[in-house]
Amino acid sequence: MHWTVRFVLATAMTVVSAVAYAQDIKIATVGPMTGADAAVGEQFRRGAEMAVKDINAHGGVLGRKLALTVGDDACDPKQAVSVANQLANAGVVFVAGHYCSSTSIPASAVYADANILQITPASTNPALTDDATAKGWINVFRVCGRDDSQGKVAGDYIAARFKGKAVAVIDDKSTYGKGLADQTIKEMAVHGIKPAVHDSINAGDSDFSAIISKMKAANVRAIYFGGYFREAGLIVRQAKEQGLNAVLMGGDALVTTDLWKITGEAGTGTLMTFPPDPRGLASARAVVKEFKASGYDPEGYTLYTYAAIQVFAEAAKKAHSIKMADLSKTMKANKFKTVIGTVGFNAKGDVIGPDYVVYSWKNGQYAELKH
Amino acid sequence: MAYFIQQLVNGLTLGAIYALIAIGYTMVYGIVGMINFAHGEIFMIGAFISLIFFVVLGVIGITWIPLALLLVLLIAMALTAVYGWAVERIAYRPLRGSFRLAPLISAIGMSIFLQNYVLLVQGAHEKALPPIITGGFDLMQQGGFVVSVSWLQLIIVGATLLLMVVFTAIIQLTPLGRAQRATEQDMTMAALLGIDVDRTISLTFVIGAALAAVAGLMVTLQYGVIDFFIGFLAGIKAFTAAVLGGIGSLPGAVLGGLLIGVIEAFWSGYCPSEYKDVAVYAVLILVLMFRPSGLLGRPEVEKV
Repeated sequence: MHWTVRFVLATAMTVVSAVAYAQDIKIATVGPMTGADAAVGEQFRRGAEMAVKDINAHGGVLGRKLALTVGDDACDPKQAVSVANQLANAGVVFVAGHYCSSTSIPASAVYADANILQITPASTNPALTDDATAKGWINVFRVCGRDDSQGKVAGDYIAARFKGKAVAVIDDKSTYGKGLADQTIKEMAVHGIKPAVHDSINAGDSDFSAIISKMKAANVRAIYFGGYFREAGLIVRQAKEQGLNAVLMGGDALVTTDLWKITGEAGTGTLMTFPPDPRGLASARAVVKEFKASGYDPEGYTLYTYAAIQVFAEAAKKAHSIKMADLSKTMKANKFKTVIGTVGFNAKGDVIGPDYVVYSWKNGQYAELKH
Repeated sequence: MAYFIQQLVNGLTLGAIYALIAIGYTMVYGIVGMINFAHGEIFMIGAFISLIFFVVLGVIGITWIPLALLLVLLIAMALTAVYGWAVERIAYRPLRGSFRLAPLISAIGMSIFLQNYVLLVQGAHEKALPPIITGGFDLMQQGGFVVSVSWLQLIIVGATLLLMVVFTAIIQLTPLGRAQRATEQDMTMAALLGIDVDRTISLTFVIGAALAAVAGLMVTLQYGVIDFFIGFLAGIKAFTAAVLGGIGSLPGAVLGGLLIGVIEAFWSGYCPSEYKDVAVYAVLILVLMFRPSGLLGRPEVEKV
C-alpha cells in the first residue's frame, strides 16, 4: 500500500543516512517523525535531506561531506532529551530541530552542555531563546519567528475584523499552544477585547462537541486556537456539524495540508498566521522546482529546515570551523543567503526577518490574505 | 434548558462510543475473569479497517451510502473478529491455567504489538475521512440557542442501545449464552458437562471484537480522524466505564459509558473543560467507595 511504501522508504533512508564515514560532519534533524504531528516531522525530514544532498553535491562544507541523522522526538519532552543525548554521544555538531517548543526547550539544555549548535526551524515559544540568553547559552537559534510577534499579529487581526463580536480563545495546554493563546489574549486586551469563552482542551481527544456548544451559547464568531492542526481540524469540523458559525484562527502549526484532510470543505475561511510563504520567493525557486520534481510540495516548515542547514553550512564556511562557539559568533555577526531569503540573527539568537502575515484556507490550499 | 439538552446530546453520543467498547471488556472479564488490555487496540484496528474499506468502496464505485455503510460494517466486524480470535488463540489460550497475572501481562504485550503493527503498516500519519453521513435536525430553540442533533448521533446512540439489548438477550436466552454463563461460574465443571470451554471463550472474544469494530466504524464516521494511538485513550475510558458500571455486567458497561460521556460533556459545558478527566475519575472513586463492585455489578461472593 501507498502508506506502507512511504514508511519503508522513510525507514530505509534513515538507516542509510545514519551510516556515516568518520571524516563526515555529523548533523541531525529532529522532529515528530511519529505521533500526531508526524506530518510536520515529514516536512523536517524532507527539507533536511534535500539540503544535505544539495550541499554535498556542491562539495560539502570545508571539504567534508555532511552526514544526516533523522531523530524522532514524537513531540514528547522526555523522548526529546534522550534523542538529544544520543546525538551528543554520536558526535553530532549541529541539530536542525526540534518542532514542538516543549521539546526544543529541554533538548536545548543537552545541546548547550555538549556544545552542539541548535537552529530550530519551527519552535516559536519566546522562552526558548529568552531562557537560553538568561542562562548564558550561546548555542540556541531559530529561523522562525516568536509567538509574541505571532500573537500580536493574530490579536490585531481579530480586533480589526471581529470588533464588537464574541471571541473565544482555546488552547491545548501545550508549551506552544498555551503560550501562543496567552500572547493573543494579551494583544486583544490592548484593543479592549476580552474573550467571551476562554478554555482548554486535551491534546489527543477527539470529541470537542461540549466546548463547541459552550461557544455556541456565547454566540462566538471567532475562535482563536493555540495548538496543533489535528485538534484545530476536529474543532472546525465539529463546529460546522453543530451549526456554530465561527471562523477558527490558529498559529503556524496549521500549515499542513493534513489540516484540510480533516476539515474538508468546512475548513474554508480558516485562518492562520505564518511568515510570508517562502515558496513564492525568488531565492527558493530552484529548490522548490527540485522538490516538485521529486513529487513533493515543500509546504510549511520544509524550506525552513532547508534554510537552517544552509545557515549552518554558510556559517561554517565563513568561520572556517565547525566549533559551536565560532559558529555562534559568526552567525550573530553576519547575514546569510538562504532559500527563505537573507537572514541574520540578533544577540538572543532570534531571526531578524519578515513579520507574520495572515493566511486563509480554501480548496485545500492556503493563501496570504490581501488587505 | 436548551443548552442543557445540547450538552446531554453531546454527552450521550460520546458515551455511546465508550459503551460499545466497554461491552467488550466486560464480556471477557465476565467469562474468563481477565482484563483484555488489547481490546482498545482491537477497536483501533476496527476503525482502520472501516476507513480502508470506505476508501476501497469509493474506488470501486459503490457510493450509495446505505449500501456502503452496510458493507463496511459487515467487513469490519468480520475482519476485526478475526483479530479478536487470533489474539485469544495466540496470547491467552496457551496461558489458561497458569497464574492469574500471566494473561494480563501477555494482554499488555499484545496491545503494544498491535499498536506498533499498525504504526509500521499504516504509518504514523493521521488518516482522515471526509464526512459521509451529514445533516440532522434542530430539536428545539430557546433564547436564540438552537439544539442541533445530527443523524449520525442518533445512529450511534441507537446502535449502542440495540446492540446492548441484542447481546443481553443472547447471553440470557440462547444456548451459547448458557454455555458462557456456565463457563463463567466454573470452567472445570462446565467442561465436565460437555461444554467446549475453549470454543465458548473464543466466541466471546469474537463477539467483543465485532462490537469494537462497530465502535471503530462509529468513531471513523463521527470524528473522521484516526491514527494508531486512538485505541489507548479510548481503551482507558472504556475500561473505566466497565468498572464504573460493574465489570461483568452488560447493561452496567453501557450505563457506565453513557455516564462518563455525560459527565465529560456537562463538566466541559459548565466548568473549565481542562479538568473534565478529573471529574470523571473523581466520580469513579466515589462510586467504588460506596459500591465496590460498580453500579450494576454483583457483589463477589467468596466460596469456601
